[in-house]
Amino acid sequence: MSVLFEPGPEGFLRRYEGLNARLPGHRTPWVTALREQAAKAFREQGFPTRKIEAWHYTDLNLLARSGFAEALTPVDEDVALPEATAPQRVVFLDGRFRADLAETPDSGIPVRSLGANLSAAEGLLGGVAKLDEVPMAALNTMLFEDGALIDLPAETNGGAIELLSIIQSGERPVAVHPRHVIRLGKGASLVLIERAIGRGDGRYLHNPVVEIVLEEGAHLTHARIQQEGPAGLFLSTVFAKAAAGATYDSFLLHAGAKLSRSEAYVSLDGPKAMAHLNGAQLLSDGQHGDCTTFLDHAAPDCASRQTVKTVLAGKSRGVFQGKIHVHQIAQRTDGYQMNQALLLSDQAEIDSKPQLEIYADDVKCSHGATVGELDEDQLFYLRARGIPAATARSMLIEAFLQEAVDAVEEETARNALATAVAGWWEKVA
Amino acid sequence: MLKIEGLTAEIDGKQILKGIDLEVPTGEIHAIMGPNGSGKSTLSYVLAGREGYEITGGTATFNGLDLLSMEPEERAAAGVFLAFQYPVELPGVGNANFLRTALNAIRRSKGEPEVDAMQFLKLARARMKELSMPEDMLKRGVNVGFSGGEKKRNEVLQMALLQPGLAILDETDSGLDIDALKIAADGVNAMRGPNFSSLVITHYQRLLNYIVPDRVHVLMNGRIVQSGGPELAKQLEESGYTAVQAA
Ligand SMILES: Nc1ncnc2c1ncn2[C@@H]1O[C@H](COP(=O)(O)OP(=O)(O)OP(=O)(O)O)[C@@H](O)[C@H]1O
Ligand SMILES: [Mg+2]
Repeated sequence: MSVLFEPGPEGFLRRYEGLNARLPGHRTPWVTALREQAAKAFREQGFPTRKIEAWHYTDLNLLARSGFAEALTPVDEDVALPEATAPQRVVFLDGRFRADLAETPDSGIPVRSLGANLSAAEGLLGGVAKLDEVPMAALNTMLFEDGALIDLPAETNGGAIELLSIIQSGERPVAVHPRHVIRLGKGASLVLIERAIGRGDGRYLHNPVVEIVLEEGAHLTHARIQQEGPAGLFLSTVFAKAAAGATYDSFLLHAGAKLSRSEAYVSLDGPKAMAHLNGAQLLSDGQHGDCTTFLDHAAPDCASRQTVKTVLAGKSRGVFQGKIHVHQIAQRTDGYQMNQALLLSDQAEIDSKPQLEIYADDVKCSHGATVGELDEDQLFYLRARGIPAATARSMLIEAFLQEAVDAVEEETARNALATAVAGWWEKVA
Repeated sequence: MLKIEGLTAEIDGKQILKGIDLEVPTGEIHAIMGPNGSGKSTLSYVLAGREGYEITGGTATFNGLDLLSMEPEERAAAGVFLAFQYPVELPGVGNANFLRTALNAIRRSKGEPEVDAMQFLKLARARMKELSMPEDMLKRGVNVGFSGGEKKRNEVLQMALLQPGLAILDETDSGLDIDALKIAADGVNAMRGPNFSSLVITHYQRLLNYIVPDRVHVLMNGRIVQSGGPELAKQLEESGYTAVQAA
């Protein structure tokens, strides 16, 4: 196959030069300035390489070697939709908001197309993203075309919304950079199920960036379900900040893609804010999954909980990196971090790097990590009851993951995650 | 019938079973007694098919089937059941799901139709009532947080549900209170019949007052050193194992 598009950062910068006069907001000065700033940051940083400490375990060679173009999907292309996981749903097909495919209750849905409503995102878009530190976010900012804009007024409940992104892939590698911008006003609440699905087995890049602002006492449940196609590259970044008493309750699931890395930059900025950064990675032969989080305790009396479980089959590789930074001001921080890996094969490999930096003196922070295989005694107990070995293995893998999913308190999100993980163990047992 | 001949086995290079000869005819219940570390659990594990033991000699057949060449689940399907001395905890595996999966696996192997969730619940509830087990034990993780006695009762429940042809009970009485002991014994006695045999491993004569064995064997240092009728258990209770050794 010939390379149709220039690979590497230069390729993307070239796309930007060619497209910027047509990208959404090209006549809006603050947007063009933001894109210029992003282009500059991306030009300076390029793609992260393994020389950067935070990228030591994940190699973006696959991304750097391929050339990508924009999707040329017709605006009314037919697409089969999976069953919705929430009563409200918006759909993005190859990155484009498809109002006609949304499932909207009569009362309306608090989601708008970002591309079509940029003026409403002024001050929010680019407000939390760290373009100079996160090149993938700079790339996204430079080239994003669309995404969801959710701006919930104070004291409102947005219900549960599925944000479904479907990317179709084939011969021609496409890159999609969705940008979602979310603000929950004081005391507002929302359940967001962000789901990425791949159709086709071609190479593509899905590079979503989510910016989240939680005002005082707001509560966001954020389930992220990655079910990309087998050759998909999923590089996602969440930037979230929580004001006093706000809760960011998140769960990341990596279930598909050739390579996936999800980064979360979460900052607890006001007293008594709370974050859950839970997750699970289901990695089969040939897959690479990386869950990397940066959590800032920047105010006193905040709590954070993190449990990340990775199951690795065949020749797969998993990464967990969890940095918790407790600022000097963040007295009485209550932090808990646990990461567990279950290795189903000798060829699988897990790298886990917890990192605690504590500058306050009155804190309660615990962390732990386990790496193990299936327990022989447990397997024997099941088999001694007549349960075939493969079923026994599958039951134990399920049990391992079930524990992670069960920790999700919100029911819609928990069910969505349970459905997404269901049956995976049968394929790898 | 269970037939063991000249069975020798080692673990990590250490010989534990040093030539076991034992026959349990169909319809009979035999007891095995013996000091700590004599190899009783090892024998039961070897019969059930646990990995890690090297069988260095001898044979073990059940109704003519060569147990030692079968996978653990095949042995279970053939009717071999081991009530563990130390039942294993399975966090995240619901007890109901576990029991139903086991029951259906056994039924499938016998060519019987599977039971659905409703049928299973009915069955399980009836058995649990007989064993005076609280119903919420179905909802909990298998053996997770169960008391010692509750774990043992859960083993008896599994036996009652799976209806094995050969039940090896490895110290099922240890940890049971007096009432539970009677209930568990009743569970075993209820299974007595022309198609059921059992190997009851115990340290205490008391259990054998409730489950009266056809034969009692003494296992010491990897060998059966003495066999007799139920009176042998009473004798041991009085004189201990040192007397056997001297004899
Ligand atoms: N992995 C091992 N390596 C070496 N020795 C072992 C190993 N596992 C068990 N043994 C030894 O095998 C012997 C027999 O153990 P077994 O559990 O069969 O005894 P038992 O008769 O069931 O004792 P108890 O009455 O205490 O239950 C013991 O001496 C034990 O220490
Ligand atoms: Mg023992």
